Amino acid sequence: MIDADPVADLATLERLTLWALSQYSPVVAMDPPDGIVMDTDGADHLQGGEELMLSGLVNRFRGRGLAAHAAIADTWGAAHALARTTDRETVIVGRGETAKAVNRLPLSSLRLPAETVAGLRTLGFATVADLAVTPRAPLTLRFGPEVGLRLDQMFGRIAEPIDPIRPAELVEVQLSFAEPIGAPETIEKYVSRLVRQLCLELEKRGLGVRRADLIVHRVDNTLQSLRAGTAKPVRDIAWLTKLFRDRIEKIEPGFGIEKLSLAAIIAEPLVDVQSASSLVEEQVTDVTPLIDVLGNRGGQRIFRVAPVASDVPERSVHRIAPTADEDGATWPMHWPRPTRLLTRPELIEVIALLPDHPPVSFTWRGKRRRVKRADGPERIFGEWWRRGSEWIAVRDYFVVEDDTGERFWIFRSGDGVDVETGSHKWFLHGVFA
Amino acid sequence: MIAAATSNPVLDELREKIASLEGAGSRKRSVLPFGVRELDAQLPGGGLAYGALHEVAGGGNGAVDGAAAALFIGGIAARTTGKVVWCLTRFDLFFPALAQVGLHPDRVIFVECDKEETVLASFEEALRYGGLGAVVAELVRLPMTASRRLQLAAEKSGTLGLVIRRWRRQTEASDFGLPTAAATRWRISVLPSEPLPVPGIGRARWLAELMRVRAGEGGEFIIGACDGQGRISLSSDTADRPDQARRSFAVS
Repeated sequence: MIDADPVADLATLERLTLWALSQYSPVVAMDPPDGIVMDTDGADHLQGGEELMLSGLVNRFRGRGLAAHAAIADTWGAAHALARTTDRETVIVGRGETAKAVNRLPLSSLRLPAETVAGLRTLGFATVADLAVTPRAPLTLRFGPEVGLRLDQMFGRIAEPIDPIRPAELVEVQLSFAEPIGAPETIEKYVSRLVRQLCLELEKRGLGVRRADLIVHRVDNTLQSLRAGTAKPVRDIAWLTKLFRDRIEKIEPGFGIEKLSLAAIIAEPLVDVQSASSLVEEQVTDVTPLIDVLGNRGGQRIFRVAPVASDVPERSVHRIAPTADEDGATWPMHWPRPTRLLTRPELIEVIALLPDHPPVSFTWRGKRRRVKRADGPERIFGEWWRRGSEWIAVRDYFVVEDDTGERFWIFRSGDGVDVETGSHKWFLHGVFA
Repeated sequence: MIAAATSNPVLDELREKIASLEGAGSRKRSVLPFGVRELDAQLPGGGLAYGALHEVAGGGNGAVDGAAAALFIGGIAARTTGKVVWCLTRFDLFFPALAQVGLHPDRVIFVECDKEETVLASFEEALRYGGLGAVVAELVRLPMTASRRLQLAAEKSGTLGLVIRRWRRQTEASDFGLPTAAATRWRISVLPSEPLPVPGIGRARWLAELMRVRAGEGGEFIIGACDGQGRISLSSDTADRPDQARRSFAVS
């Protein structure tokens, strides 16, 4: 038994909220006593879509020993209610389906004071649907305007902007406009002005931005946010401006924008480095800005490949971050390797002499090819330290060339003598140039 | 033959005028030579032009797997300096093969896209960026409008743009006949390897067809595949070839 400690709970909730701000969405706020609310519109694609984002979120909480329920809906009210009433860990309500999803929820999920809920229960109301179809005037007369307000908020008839949480040391710059703005060129002009201000602020503190949020406050009290991430700390005006300029068309000005704010959500130390100037050495251009521009678009994965010390071909290459350190490592060059490697080796039918002769002919994808020349075998042993079944597994690789000059990489599973070492079936694994 | 152009002052003057009209007048366009005399002679300026788009496809089965085309382009990219951006939709390159033609894995940044359109957009963005050694894209379709945009982007930054055309089915490869704004168009088909005195497979050989080249004439070459530095060579040995007629380098 532990005594409730509301103050510590709130402090922890704030910490979690700040963490969510840096990870998920630019507009995140506490929903005390036990919730966090986020506007994930336009931010979910960075996490692979709504479903993946939500399950990932719940899993990350579980990893820290916290049980969490998460819901996505059109409105704060609906998401709040669903997350607190559902048995499932994640709930996603499609656009425009809010009414259907919340109708059967109990009154307690409406964010009303306890005595109001009790009073409504006494009158025989049980669910949100009961309340939604009741005339408003008598309800307001008896319980005040809050009942109607909460209902409207839940069904999205009244906007309920989220006031985003801001850490104390956040570097943020703002521009308010006397007259609302709306034209893309105007927005672009002010965004670049904001970026310049932000860079000045960052320079004073010796920081560079890793993640920046542009929050658009519209005159009708709604928010829109754009998030841009960078692969390493940045304080370059042109670079940051480009990241936002690419997406200015995504801003919907609506009735007009009255305020723009730009915040460096994650900032890291960035010190000035003197670049070595050499007249002889050739300058290699830094490509990090390009990686950022492409990475912020979504719909693509950017990576480099690096060698892995493994003889098994499909395991010898792995993907690394595009900005990872360059260690100059490469693959051993002793043996020819195909340009294209099939994702899965394809079974072929061959005529071959055992144990160590290349095939005389083989049939791949319905086409029979006569082998004119061949090289091999190159024996590759299974990696017993990975899987028990690879204990004595063997592959014998051959390079074969057919009549027309096409070259393939084929292997026989097994050493040609001992059935224990493999099935002795033949596979085609790659295509040479 | 235009390659061996006579030094006619009137013609030179006209060429200069046209070049300045094309907008490339202020910047001298440099080239990346293959280092093979016969091949370079067919290309204006004596090599693959920087700041231009070059299309390469495979012949026969290579239209689908694009193996030879990828290695040919890998060899070209290996001979440039700077980073290489490689945009594609399905990643089935086996990088050790590219490392064997001299392209170091640290130099290549892959952009794996969901859709063809994203490949085009990323390709263009990378071409515009400037300062890269080469930008490679693996594309199925390359419409005229898109290719013109890409060509302009390449011209502006002076980056070498390389396109691997690769189709799902061999029958779709007839698409390769349609015009694009690319400066050169190649088809690389595999040929039987160089014969060795012992059993085994010698150096791979390709039939490189220069199908189209802006301000120049095409040609066909039998070349030895890229070596450890990405260089190709003219294959001298033709004893294995039944059709000797193909050895005519210059189509005059």
